[in-house]
Amino acid sequence: MKPPMLEIVNLKKVYPTKKGPFVVLENFNLKVDDGEFIAVIGHSGCGKSTALMMIAGLNDISDGNIAVNSREIDGAGPDRAVVFQSPSLFPWMTTLENVMLGVNRVYPHGTKKQREDICKYYLNKVGLGSALNKKAVDLSNGMKQRVGIARAFALKPRVLLLDEPFGMLDSLTRAELQDVLLEVWNKEKITAIMVTHDVDEALYLSDRVVMMTSGPYAKVGDVLHVPFERPRTRHNVNDDPRYYDCRGHLLDFLNGHDKDKTPEGLASDDDSKTATDSKNSNKSGPKSSHRSSHAQKELKYV
Amino acid sequence: MANKIINFLSFCGLTWFIPFVRLCAGENPKDQVRDIITVIGIPIIAILIFLGFWSFTAAQIKTSLGNLPGPVAVMESGRTLMDEHAAERTKEQAFYERQEQRNAKKLAKNPGAEVKIRKYTGKPTYIDQIGTSLFTVFTGFLIASLIAVPIGVICGLNKYVMTAFNPLIQIFKPVSPLAWLPIVTMVVSALYTTTDGWFEKSFITSAITVALCSLWPSLINTALGVASIDKDYINVAKVLKLGFFEKIFKIVLPASLPYIFTGLRISLGVGWMVLIAAEMLAQNPGLGKFVWDEFQNGSSHSLARILVAVFTIGLIGFMLDRIMVVFQKFVSFGQDVVSA
Repeated sequence: MKPPMLEIVNLKKVYPTKKGPFVVLENFNLKVDDGEFIAVIGHSGCGKSTALMMIAGLNDISDGNIAVNSREIDGAGPDRAVVFQSPSLFPWMTTLENVMLGVNRVYPHGTKKQREDICKYYLNKVGLGSALNKKAVDLSNGMKQRVGIARAFALKPRVLLLDEPFGMLDSLTRAELQDVLLEVWNKEKITAIMVTHDVDEALYLSDRVVMMTSGPYAKVGDVLHVPFERPRTRHNVNDDPRYYDCRGHLLDFLNGHDKDKTPEGLASDDDSKTATDSKNSNKSGPKSSHRSSHAQKELKYV
Repeated sequence: MANKIINFLSFCGLTWFIPFVRLCAGENPKDQVRDIITVIGIPIIAILIFLGFWSFTAAQIKTSLGNLPGPVAVMESGRTLMDEHAAERTKEQAFYERQEQRNAKKLAKNPGAEVKIRKYTGKPTYIDQIGTSLFTVFTGFLIASLIAVPIGVICGLNKYVMTAFNPLIQIFKPVSPLAWLPIVTMVVSALYTTTDGWFEKSFITSAITVALCSLWPSLINTALGVASIDKDYINVAKVLKLGFFEKIFKIVLPASLPYIFTGLRISLGVGWMVLIAAEMLAQNPGLGKFVWDEFQNGSSHSLARILVAVFTIGLIGFMLDRIMVVFQKFVSFGQDVVSA
């Protein structure tokens, strides 16, 4: 069996505060296989973005280890490309130049033509073939994030890190970009980790959904294997009979770990505990009927 | 077409003309006339009130050089200065023509004769003095920018460097040009000892004094701009593992240009203000020296001529500021920059 592409062992993050050290993450463990797409969900402030930034090498590790391709990471690098929540393109550069900046670093020995071709290939893939020479400042947010995706894929990274990449977009554009991302990813099969708030997005895109407990001392609370076959279409996924079970499972978990508990949330507290406890015994199978009915109930107000 | 002109005008900060363009393009004339009255009528009324107040008060104040000149006297002085300039230029041209004829005659008599070409040595006119002042202020401003921007970038990138520079910046920033000038004069005299130098000592002294006083706003703004670059930009640079210089030139400098230009704009304003004082003391033949000489001259026209200089200085300062605003807008990529 191949060793995992990404291995995170006992990861810990402590921020010093005036009231003493604040432990955001502790005992965070995750193994990701080559070519796997992982979605990480959890409540805001649970430390999922922190974890992602630590993998990227943009945030210091307090304790524990992160290894990519069996090698301990050392700072940031183009082998772990990041798509940030805000597109963070350089507005004074054109679309092409923004992508070229990274490609120049990764393929220093290629000719300029070869490097440009790589950039154009990915920009075409994300549907921006006709906007190569537009200044980034003139692009809409959705187009900017398309460039962000092209820039990340063009680096040919070992791991692709997506930090709520569609969080700032309206729902129509978000759906469009999910399709774009999925299409490019289907071709490349780059190991990907995506932090998201959106349960449907997680189910549509990922192979496994990692649910994080609420911080402090956040860790992996539960893992759901997404059973839908690839290549997926939104239609197929939404019509799959297992879809609502999966969705219910995720929503149950999130409700159980809601910090500002509503009365219903309090009621479901016990359920979530069982969900956490049951993660070792049964990770992906359909849940009990009680849980599904509960999930249906949740749907009404989520 | 009209829209293009309007965009251009608002880009340059010449918003007063926009209603005229709209009027010409045939947009609702009533609205445009009202706009013209507000953006142009009100300032004109204010200026007229100011002129009236000025000529009334000036007539009441008797100095040893006669009455304080009113607007009309100042206008006349301005015209005289232009006439003097024209007369001086005619004299200069005549001098060169005479010299050329003389030399041509000499050569016609004896083709091997040595021909001397002398430069005209008339006194500088008012326009020449304006030119000298502009050249001096831009030299000083250039020196200031070449020092301030690189140091500002380093300060912005590294908080330890910033901590090191901060006390020096805070102490030197408020120092008046008049305090620097004697020191600069002595240092320039000691170091710039070539006699056939390209530049006058007074010019170098003035330019360096301008630089010393005007570099602080650029330095502080550059440091601030670099320190407040979007964190994501820096993160992208880290992910791409850009080298130091690539990071500076491709990301840090473009990202902080709006701030840098805000600083440069303030610097140029400060420099122009400082220049007049520096020229007075250093005797650099610009507007400052003009004011000082007129004051020492003490003729009945002196005060009017000095007031002409006051308005010239004000107008040029205003134009320099507008030019910098255009640059500032040009580099801000649609980000909003204060342009008061």
